[in-house]
Amino acid sequence: MSEIRIQGVWKYFSKGKVAALKDVSLTVQDREFMVLLGPSGCGKTTLLRCIAGLEYPERGRIFIGGRDVTDEPPRKRKIAMVFQSYAVFPHLTVFENIAFGLRMQKRPNAEVKQRVNNAAGMMRIENFLERYPAQLSGGQRQRVAVARGLVMEPQVLLMDEPLSNLDALLRLQARAELKRLLQQVQTTTVYVTHDQIEALSMGDRIAVMENGAIVQVDAPTQVYDYPGSLFVGGFIGTPPMNFLRGTVKSMNGAFALNLGGQPIRAALPANVQAGQDLLMGIRAENIEASAQRSPDAVPARVLVVEPLGSHLLLTVQVGETPIKVQTRMDFNIAPDQTIYLRLEPKQVRWFDPETGVRYDASGSTELK
Amino acid sequence: MSAQTKTMPRPLAPSEEMPLNAAANKPTFAKTLGRLALYAAAITISLFFLVPIYLIFISAFSPQQAIFAYPKSILPQTLTAETMLFFWNARGVQSALLNSIIVGILTLVFSLLVGAPAGYALARFFFRGRDSYKMLILTTRAFPIVILSIPLAVNYIQWNLYDTLWGVAFAHTAMALPTTILVTSSIFIGVSRELEEAAQTLGCNRAQAFIKVALPLALPGLAAAAIFTFVLSWNETFAATILTQRNRTLPALVLSQIADVGAPLPFRYAAGFFLIAPSLLYIFFMRRYLLGMWGQVVK
Repeated sequence: MSEIRIQGVWKYFSKGKVAALKDVSLTVQDREFMVLLGPSGCGKTTLLRCIAGLEYPERGRIFIGGRDVTDEPPRKRKIAMVFQSYAVFPHLTVFENIAFGLRMQKRPNAEVKQRVNNAAGMMRIENFLERYPAQLSGGQRQRVAVARGLVMEPQVLLMDEPLSNLDALLRLQARAELKRLLQQVQTTTVYVTHDQIEALSMGDRIAVMENGAIVQVDAPTQVYDYPGSLFVGGFIGTPPMNFLRGTVKSMNGAFALNLGGQPIRAALPANVQAGQDLLMGIRAENIEASAQRSPDAVPARVLVVEPLGSHLLLTVQVGETPIKVQTRMDFNIAPDQTIYLRLEPKQVRWFDPETGVRYDASGSTELK
Repeated sequence: MSAQTKTMPRPLAPSEEMPLNAAANKPTFAKTLGRLALYAAAITISLFFLVPIYLIFISAFSPQQAIFAYPKSILPQTLTAETMLFFWNARGVQSALLNSIIVGILTLVFSLLVGAPAGYALARFFFRGRDSYKMLILTTRAFPIVILSIPLAVNYIQWNLYDTLWGVAFAHTAMALPTTILVTSSIFIGVSRELEEAAQTLGCNRAQAFIKVALPLALPGLAAAAIFTFVLSWNETFAATILTQRNRTLPALVLSQIADVGAPLPFRYAAGFFLIAPSLLYIFFMRRYLLGMWGQVVK
């Protein structure tokens, strides 16, 4: 068992002036792949370093495999870490880099050799064992860093943006390979990234962080489809979720957007009242664009047309608000034309315009 | 410095090629003029330092009568070790040389033992007053040792350190420490903190991480700093002169020979060459590391 339990962790920097982590609690299940996702400066790396023991929280406890490790140094935590810079030792060969941790444990030579060869084989770097890191490419160095962690057979594998220093094409390939590998070894993993695609594609669950706090922990599809707040919806997805502000017109009527009185029929959250402002969130792919006017469809003026190969990305203006709409490549449209948008009712989410928090879908009432 | 003059013609080559691919960035007249001025300045400064060194070198390897000849020829007529041997066999030189080496090594060891940890701390930790501490280190260099000399000598006599090699080494250590601390700190800044952290996650405690990772990577730079310290001690004359009587280091001996006895010219030239040789060798071999230390990335 190697679940990670983080309880009420606070971490301050700059002599207590800046709180990098504010009361963070998180449980990573045994063998789970947990992604910490957030913009830079949100505290995700600090949280990872607290788990590793490279930083000590001012308050809160951290448990690994049920053991309180809060005050233990990194070497006693049975963790392995892959750094963003890889931190491969330049003065040691690839073999000695991978063997470093085993040598520290004074393992017999034969065992070191066998385990290093195994790990190197898994990462497909067995042909580079005698080289020095300076003679390797970035991608190879990254593999050395992962092999160096895996060879320790850690209870917990911590990864700090391991792919961010690779170029785009290599990153795509490394991402799939890393995912396959980690499914194979089944180690509890905490993976820090600011790349939402990486998070969505790799994680069993994603913990989204903002300003030193975890704002949502959910499976990738859940985080994508049901963002817990404006921030999450706006951070995850390319393009990010669209938000339209509107007023509830009447309780038994419809919800009307502030754009010339075009009413939208959708499932409203429970307990809304007439005159109340709501934010509607909907993703670009859940909006159907049409050149023909129809009841229920919202008129919009086209601002930008971007052909992306697999689809067209339109930037259109609804009332005062620019939003993104995804259509088929063969949709014949030019800027300044007016199109009509149908919003997929099941994919509409509601947010509180003051707090940015999503209204729970349960208990929502279908209005006619 | 001699290497600098050697490489001087080379940067001209790209500007000669320029007309071939010059459509985009033609060297303007002002640019060319700026370049010329830069090289003129570099050549002038190099000559300013090299000509005396050259003259000392020729004189040190000329026969004694040639040293007194006037006007001097730019090229030496005959090269001989006679003058150098005369210096080498002069009374006190060999023991003073031994003293210099002992003091230099002691200084090197002390200043690294004290300075390297301080440099490491400056490189790795953010503590209250860190920047003021750095400034303080530098200001000690601004304090003229001449003012310190009398109280220092008095204290040394009281502590039984006067006229001992230990005493000179301590004084030199104090003088070398600011540079040692700042230079070692920039060496350790050059060794990524993440490397030590990686070592810690792989089973090292802080000390082991330092010894197994940071130290080997810092070693070339530390060696350069150590030799720098040695040369600093080797060249130091003032403290060595006032703190010793019989146990003179080489520069102190040469100075007192010249001042008290009025040593002959051949002795002076030979001594001069003997004293500058280590510094020249040092600069020649360590330029690469020094540049690295001072912020330029050299691979």
